[in-house]
Amino acid sequence: MYQYDKYDQAMVDARVAEYRDQVRRRLEGKLTEDQFKPLRLQNGLYLQLHAYMLRVAVPYGTLNARQMHKLADIADKYDRGYGHFTTRQNIQYNWIKLEETPDLLAELASVEMHAIQTSGNCIRNISSDHYAGAAADELVDPRPYAELLRQWSSFHPEFLHLPRKFKIAVIASETDRAAMRLHDIGIRIVRNDAGEVGAAFYVGGGMGRTPMIAPCIREFVPLDQLVTYSEACLRVYNRHGRRDNKYKARIKILVHELGAEEYARQVEEEFAHLLTQGIEPPLAELERIGAYFADPPFETGASDTLDLSDPDFALWVERNCHAHKQPGYISATISLKPVGGIPGDASAEQMHLMAQIAELYSFDEMRVTHAQNIVLPHIRKADLYAVWQQLDEAGLGTANLDGIGDIIACPGLDYCSLANARSIPVAQKISERFAANGKGDTLGELKLKISGCINACGHHHAGHIGILGVDRKGTENYQLLLGGSEAADTSLGKITGPGFDEDGIVNAVETAADVYLRERQEGERFLDTYRRIGMEPFKEALYG
Amino acid sequence: MKIVTGNDLKTGAVTWWTGVDWSLYVDDAVDVAEQGEAIAAREEAARRVNAPYVIEADKTADGVRPAHIKDRIRALGPTVRMDLTLKPADPESRDWVI
Ligand code: SF4
Repeated sequence: MYQYDKYDQAMVDARVAEYRDQVRRRLEGKLTEDQFKPLRLQNGLYLQLHAYMLRVAVPYGTLNARQMHKLADIADKYDRGYGHFTTRQNIQYNWIKLEETPDLLAELASVEMHAIQTSGNCIRNISSDHYAGAAADELVDPRPYAELLRQWSSFHPEFLHLPRKFKIAVIASETDRAAMRLHDIGIRIVRNDAGEVGAAFYVGGGMGRTPMIAPCIREFVPLDQLVTYSEACLRVYNRHGRRDNKYKARIKILVHELGAEEYARQVEEEFAHLLTQGIEPPLAELERIGAYFADPPFETGASDTLDLSDPDFALWVERNCHAHKQPGYISATISLKPVGGIPGDASAEQMHLMAQIAELYSFDEMRVTHAQNIVLPHIRKADLYAVWQQLDEAGLGTANLDGIGDIIACPGLDYCSLANARSIPVAQKISERFAANGKGDTLGELKLKISGCINACGHHHAGHIGILGVDRKGTENYQLLLGGSEAADTSLGKITGPGFDEDGIVNAVETAADVYLRERQEGERFLDTYRRIGMEPFKEALYG
Repeated sequence: MKIVTGNDLKTGAVTWWTGVDWSLYVDDAVDVAEQGEAIAAREEAARRVNAPYVIEADKTADGVRPAHIKDRIRALGPTVRMDLTLKPADPESRDWVI
């Protein structure tokens, strides 16, 4: 994985020192909250319901053991012994003290981590495929491109005050595991007819109040023009994106209002101009970065078989493991969704254990997934049983990936000051219900996603079943959506009808699942059945 | 009644205006009548609180109960981590929130 050079480290260290001084001035009263707030937000520090919340960037979700151990230590030392992995492949701490944040950030910097640009109207942490560099179905490892863009976008003076926040995802396979088309810019690394590798650009996707699927605005950008083209996309947005209305300020609104063709035309014009400016880093830089992502020293001839005689292990392999490009290896997903648990939360002890296992068995690598789980990307099949046993003992062996128990849930009203309703208790009740009635095991792939407000951090628009918390005259209410997807077949869910209370929404999810079980045809997932039969049978069962 | 709440500047902890100081316990909150905004402005300027605001609450037999669920969650702690709330041993405190 990427390692900081002296410039990266110097920049991060300088930022910690600058921030330390800002905190001192705030506590001494030399800065008002109005003056200080934008400064703390630039360093990922929010004020939430119970305390300050710090969001730490995990670039494209990749972590090594030393970093995960540090995240665990921070949870113990500065928080309350746990952290929350987010749908942006980051981690958040919920109980942070302002006066301790400079020391915390200094500790993060000591393991090449920071919280810069995890908030504010700038280019945020760049996300990617959590199986990058391991997946059997990828064209190339997308992370060198994500890293190049991370370096370009970090501290980019022109893009620190965009009309609104800006999220980029980079993938390199047909299977979209990063919700690529629901980003401000989604980049897919592709091969053209001439056999050259380049990038397809999808611009103007997003969730939130006005969900949109990004249209493709250019099918092939040569790799030695990746930064220049990205810069052109951002420049057109920065120039014309709306700053008068926060709800219309995301690039998706601009692309929608201009039309994809006109937006693309303006980008091409800007791109042509920028090509004359020579802003692209030399290809050697991409190659330098790429070297950090070289394959680990896989054992050749490693056994490609698994002993599946333990049925619990066999189930976990079937559900939580993914084919690896290297024979004899496999990628395993650690579910952070035990039955009745809090989606995405991990205790410091669990983080330490995951780090130890990664160091011993996965070439010192982990990935945070946008579904709030942790991937061990490179496990030798011969070691997989031992890995699973250790995970299972620590409550990390739940076999539910992509099933109804693998729920994405944002922090909701239990933690978030923007929330209308709690998300986590709903997730807990649903996972308990489907575990108790046994239906969870019969449903197959069913992605359920819950947001506590219209900001959609819980990706409810993209859930096969989505749940949106709303405030109805001061009480929590939940809308049900069906038919969303954030995979290659991206679609946006539709609201079924009037909302439900907390127990009602759990019942409603079960009702929708029952319709599927009744109507499904051979080989159909919930989403396939919904697409075939439409909304009516579900409405009938829910409200009829 | 009207009460004033905010977060402690240094620690971020949720606090409630008691008439003379700030408390972690909502039951210590006093009715500020129409003085809320002035108290909030004064205390924020003195850096004893961050982002204070005035809310409606009820004085019940069990103590002070904020009108909105968001402030009740702030008063107690996350309903999904009762071990981290101000009343970890009280099984009824979750019902108080909801
Ligand atoms: S979706 Fe809303 S409630 Fe949930 S984390 Fe985002 S802003 Fe908070």
